[in-house]
Amino acid sequence: MADLIKVGMADYKVGRSPSTLISYGLGSCIGVSLYDPQKKVGGLLHIMLPDSTQARASDNPAKFADTGIPLMLQEVIALGASKSRLVAKLAGGAQMFAFANATDIMRVGTRNAEAVKNILRRNGIKVIAEDTGGNYGRTVQIDLNTGVYKVRTIDRGEKDI
Amino acid sequence: MIDEFDLTPIQMDALREIGNVGAGNSATALSQIINKRIDMNVPKVALVPIETVPDLVGGPDTIVVGVFLRVYGKAPGNILFLMPKKSAFYLVDTLMGREHGTTKKLDFMDESALMEIGNILSGAYLNAFFNFTHISMLPSIPALAMDMAGAILNIVLVQLGQMGDQAMVIETEFLAEDDGINGHFFLVPDPGSLGTLIKAVGVE
Repeated sequence: MADLIKVGMADYKVGRSPSTLISYGLGSCIGVSLYDPQKKVGGLLHIMLPDSTQARASDNPAKFADTGIPLMLQEVIALGASKSRLVAKLAGGAQMFAFANATDIMRVGTRNAEAVKNILRRNGIKVIAEDTGGNYGRTVQIDLNTGVYKVRTIDRGEKDI
Repeated sequence: MIDEFDLTPIQMDALREIGNVGAGNSATALSQIINKRIDMNVPKVALVPIETVPDLVGGPDTIVVGVFLRVYGKAPGNILFLMPKKSAFYLVDTLMGREHGTTKKLDFMDESALMEIGNILSGAYLNAFFNFTHISMLPSIPALAMDMAGAILNIVLVQLGQMGDQAMVIETEFLAEDDGINGHFFLVPDPGSLGTLIKAVGVE
């Protein structure tokens, strides 16, 4: 049976086929996946915040888009992936509660999605699929055999991106 | 400034005691509304790694109804009242005078009723804080969402996450006499607010 590897909040995991990487209950967080279709290796990162500029030195780098993505990228390459073949998919970045005067922190989902795309672009990695925004939670998983990224919701069914 | 993450046992006790009285007030309010006895446990005051907070309510994938309120004042923070879906439906049926099991999904009125409950519980809770600390804390209007626990908790964890990897949560569990309702009440002070509260109760 293929492994199901759980990725917690502010965490990332890398692996190879036939494993599946899964992360539960993303709200404003984003699940970023990297995948090399030829080597069938990849990773899944669950970030909470866009950037680490205000972070303490001791902070967990996987919490932030700007520090988490390079870290995962490095490990996926160490597993044999080629940077030029890597493709990224992402999901999450919702705003769970609607407030009339939403503060910056309420819109963190949108900022997360933008940051993730910027950082991927800067690293020369193409984003081939995206399911972000809205006001609902998502559970995401990437099948490292096929590269299919499954997004599950409570009221809106599930889809493969 | 007091380092949030370095509280002494006495300071933890003080917070637990305030939490206890706050939760007691809230439980009484809820009990009066639904006319049932409400039990509560002794509040947990704990410093937990952020990523484990969703496990307190059954894991990030559990479907819950959450009422969220922002707390304004000198010690700002967030309040989140989480109930498993089943409990929320049971509570709504009780409030609306319907037979239990009627509610299958929440309509506008149901949501409004649950938000009002969140409002009342928060008011009762914060009153206790005021009595101890004389720091006035005002709740915002409530917002409601029904979704995965992890996704709902994001809103409070993200703010804490900007400052560190640990969350200070003051958490109480409610249980109605007939086991129909249980809920978790979280008060999550913003970074910096704990110091203000501790100072105000004089256990520096």
